[in-house]
Amino acid sequence: MPKVKVKRKNPSLDMTPMVDLFFLLVTFFMLTATARPDEAVVVDTPSSVSEIKIPDTNVITITVDKDNRVFFGVDGQQTKEALLDKIAGKYGIGFTAEEKKTFSLLSNFGVPVSQLKSFLAMESSARKEVNQPGIPIDSTHNELGDWVLQTRLTNPQVVIAIKGDQDVDYETIQRVIDILQERKVNRFNLITDMENKPQNL
Amino acid sequence: MAEIQEKGGDSGKGGKKRAKRSSTKIDMTPLVDLAALLITFFMLTTTFNKPQTMEINMPVKDVDPAEQIALKASNAMTIILGEDDNLYYYFGLVEDNPELVESSYAADGIRKVLVSPRVKSNDKMTVLVKAMEKARYKNMVDILDELKITDTKKFALVEISDDDKKLVTDQIGN
Repeated sequence: MPKVKVKRKNPSLDMTPMVDLFFLLVTFFMLTATARPDEAVVVDTPSSVSEIKIPDTNVITITVDKDNRVFFGVDGQQTKEALLDKIAGKYGIGFTAEEKKTFSLLSNFGVPVSQLKSFLAMESSARKEVNQPGIPIDSTHNELGDWVLQTRLTNPQVVIAIKGDQDVDYETIQRVIDILQERKVNRFNLITDMENKPQNL
Repeated sequence: MAEIQEKGGDSGKGGKKRAKRSSTKIDMTPLVDLAALLITFFMLTTTFNKPQTMEINMPVKDVDPAEQIALKASNAMTIILGEDDNLYYYFGLVEDNPELVESSYAADGIRKVLVSPRVKSNDKMTVLVKAMEKARYKNMVDILDELKITDTKKFALVEISDDDKKLVTDQIGN
C-alpha cells in the first residue's frame, strides 16, 4: 500500500483582495474627509450635555476669544461675496474682485470694516500672524450688528451660533446677545463640547 | 509559490544557459500595511469633529411693560452667577430682602436645589439666571446645563440689577 502523502499547504496567501478593499476604504475616507477650516483664533469652548449637532451649512459663527475679541464667520462663498458687496455699499468702501475672492475664502475674521481692505490685501501667511483687534461691538460702532443683519438679508435661512471661550467675561457675551436681540434674533445656538450626562439625580 | 525547478546542475555537456524566470507574484504585505495605516489616519481625523450646540431662545425684548405679568414672589427663584465661579441663589423677589444662599456648580450644589420639592413640585416656579459682569461664560453654560439636566422648563436669562448686586455685597461681602 502506498503511503498517503499529506499535502503541504503553502503558507503565503493571496493578499490582492485585501489590498483592494483597503484602498477602497482609503478612497472613501479621503473623499468624505472635510479639511478643518483654519480659524483665526483657537477657543476652548465650555462643555454641556446637549446633544444637538450644529447644521453643516447656513451658519453664522460668532467667535469670542478669551481676550474678549469678537470674530465673525459665515459659510458659503456666494453668501460671503454678496455680503461683502452689501457692507461695501453701506460703509462706502469699494472692494476689487480679487479682494472679494479672498474674502469669500476666509472662514472668519476679526477686523473693523475700515481695516478690512488692508487685511484682505495681505498674504495669507501674513494674515495668520497679524493680531486681529476683533469686530467693534460698542454701541457707537456696532459693526457686528451690521454684519449679522446683512448676512440675514443675503441668506434668510441662516442660523446663528455663538462660540465663546470658557473664560470670556459674561459682559461680552451679554453684549453680543443684546446686539442679536436688537436685530430681532431671539433664537441662537451656543457651541459647546461634549460632556456625559450625569445619571444619578 | 511557484518555483521553477531547475534541472540538476551541470549534468550534460554545456547545457543551454536559461534566463532565470522570476516569479510574477509580489509580496503585498507592505502595501497592506500602508493602506491600513492610511485608513486609521483618515478614520481618526474625520469623525468626532462636529461640535455640539445648545439652543436657547431669548424672550422678545420690547414688550410693553404694561402687558407683562408680574412674577409672584412664591414662584420666583433667582440664581446669581458671581465672580471667581461663585454661585448664589435666593427664593422670592429682591424687594423682600430674601436670604441669599451660597452654592456651587458641583453635583451636590445647585442641582440639589433644582430637584428639591420646592422647585420641582411648583409648576409655576420660574428660575431667573442673573450673571454678574465678571462671571465667566463657562458659568453661564454650566448653569444652563444644570437647568437642562434637572429638566427645569421655566427659566430666563435676565440682566443683573443693582438691587441684586447690593444684596450680594450686603449678605456675602466682597
